Amino acid sequence: MLEIEGLSVEVEGKGIVHDISVNVDIGETLVLFGPNGSGKTTLLMAIMGFPRYRVTKGRIVFKGQDITHLPVDERARMGIGILFQRPPVVRGVKMREMVRACLGEREDGYVIDEMAQRLNLVDLLDREVNYGFSGGEVKRSELLQLMAQSPEFILLDEPDSGVDLVNISLVGEMINELLQEDRMRSRTKSGLIITHTGHILDYVNADRACVLLYGGIWCRGNPRQILSSIKTHGYEGCAVCQK
Amino acid sequence: MPEVARSKAARERAERAREKAASLGDDIDLDAYSKVAKEHPYQDDPSRLPLETKERMLETGVILDDSSQRSGTFLQVDHSVIHSKAGQEGLEVMSSQEALEKHPWLSDYWWRAVAVDADKFTAQAELHQTHGYFIRALPGVKAIQPIQACLYLAQHGLAQNVHNLIIAEEGSELHIITGCATAPIEQEGLHIGISEFYVKKGAKLTFTMIHNWAPKMAVRPRSGIIIEEGGVFLSNYMCLKPVRTLQMYPTAQCLGEDALVRFNSVLVAAPGTLMDVGSRAILAARGSRAEVVSRAITTGGTIIARGHLVGQVAPVKGHLECRGLILSEEGRIHAIPELEGLVEGVDLSHEAAVGKIAEEEIEYLMARGLSRDQAIAAIVRGFLSVDIEGLPPQLEAELQRAVDLSEKELL
Ligand SMILES: Nc1ncnc2c1ncn2[C@@H]1O[C@H](COP(=O)(O)OP(=O)(O)OP(=O)(O)O)[C@@H](O)[C@H]1O
Ligand SMILES: [Mg+2]
Repeated sequence: MLEIEGLSVEVEGKGIVHDISVNVDIGETLVLFGPNGSGKTTLLMAIMGFPRYRVTKGRIVFKGQDITHLPVDERARMGIGILFQRPPVVRGVKMREMVRACLGEREDGYVIDEMAQRLNLVDLLDREVNYGFSGGEVKRSELLQLMAQSPEFILLDEPDSGVDLVNISLVGEMINELLQEDRMRSRTKSGLIITHTGHILDYVNADRACVLLYGGIWCRGNPRQILSSIKTHGYEGCAVCQK
Repeated sequence: MPEVARSKAARERAERAREKAASLGDDIDLDAYSKVAKEHPYQDDPSRLPLETKERMLETGVILDDSSQRSGTFLQVDHSVIHSKAGQEGLEVMSSQEALEKHPWLSDYWWRAVAVDADKFTAQAELHQTHGYFIRALPGVKAIQPIQACLYLAQHGLAQNVHNLIIAEEGSELHIITGCATAPIEQEGLHIGISEFYVKKGAKLTFTMIHNWAPKMAVRPRSGIIIEEGGVFLSNYMCLKPVRTLQMYPTAQCLGEDALVRFNSVLVAAPGTLMDVGSRAILAARGSRAEVVSRAITTGGTIIARGHLVGQVAPVKGHLECRGLILSEEGRIHAIPELEGLVEGVDLSHEAAVGKIAEEEIEYLMARGLSRDQAIAAIVRGFLSVDIEGLPPQLEAELQRAVDLSEKELL
């Protein structure tokens, strides 16, 4: 579904991601580990197509089409969605309008209030997007928007950071729904999840994982195994292991 | 002009201020405008006015086809009052000139909230006044529907000088919608509007004013508001259409304890428009509060957005918020918030932000599938829709309508 071929990305003239190649198949969920500043967010932002994240080499292919130079909104309309690690505040625009905008032309019975209820966000619908939201509220508001947008390929940038023990199961449940993890067969949705703690893995059945280190991919394998090895050996372990 | 109630002293002060330039705004040559207007006939049934006129008025929130939606109507075209009617017991709606004749005691209110010799515009309004409205709610009377007033300029090159007087007596409640508009788009003219508001003890006055001028119009409103104990004055002002020059700085004085004033304004300046608009609150009684919120958008014109809070006693509380959005390379927004505390224990604050729409916000919305234009439209729409608490639903709908109309033109 998504093929990243020899991708290099720079931000403000500084090379951050170097020559990365990864594939995510239809119905597959890939986990991305890596220390702070290793370039995880940069990679996701480049896949989504934000102009500040400039692709200097390689290409991104989505559903067989080269999207390396497509604008953000076209990628979104092709079916890519993102949960931001740190979304901006949009003063004046109410959550309700934002969710309605995410729905677009689609009106497949999505009831905004009902979804907000499930995500425990009813009080936030009449507030300005992300304005004064708590850390956990930001994540759930991002999920509410994604539920409305219903993308086929979902980039999740630390959906479990700053989420409390009660809300993590809610977040996990929603992500499962987004990724159709509840289906045994014929899953058509794919995902790429960044996590530090791995909490989300208690809820989401991820297929594969890789470690991003110094802007490159160092290790690929089973998500739980990699997580436990990072827990015991740290990221240095990954670096050593590869050599 | 009924001289009975007019004070000679006021006239003399006006004479002396005849040439006195205003402290703010570009100067205007009063002699460039005509003072004489042709009379327009009185209309018993305003729904029979020409369709085009009705539509222009409707755009400012003035509804003429369904009188059940309003508790009173006042319509003035140029110098003629063409309709005036109160639709509820305990409400008075009439020409302010007529009111001065009917209630000689009104002279106590005349030029008390606004100084007659403030500048040449107040002077001209005293020396050459033609009507304006008088709206009053008797003690304890609550207007069921809004009362609407429209000041309309039809004659090219005319100076319209009106003096409005609004009194919400003790414990009363009034909602007023004022629409100001001009006939055709090429209209040149000058509108001088004096408005004096008196909000008595425990009364509540909501004043919503929509200005729809024309690119060659000069506009100089002069407003003063006096609020007594526990009184509430809520003002919503919108000027979303082009105007050549507009300068106003309505000033509310909270003279009674726990008085509350809130000014909301939404301004859009097209190329060629100069707006110098502010709101001032003087907190002169304990427990009084003021909130000033303004939104300014330029698509090429200049906006000077002012705000001034004066805390004269303690405790009082006031907040100023000014946000400006620049949607074109040529536009300019200059926010000038002023806070003045005269004693210890006043609580005054402000926040101001002026800039372009952040690229990050546009891209955020684009990542949800909106095109760039749709994203900008959503942000601008959000920016324009000021949250207005305590506004009756009909008024809210009226404001939303005005915003929707301008949005279409903006984007
Ligand atoms: N706008 C920018 N200007 C300069 N450097 C930037 C910019 N954005 C990102 N970087 C740098 O790029 C590097 C990678 O950042 P990125 O956000 O991709 O890291 P990350 O792996 O997501 O880290 P974290 O786990 O902390 O979220 C960091 O060193 C960061 O400071
Ligand atoms: Mg990150």
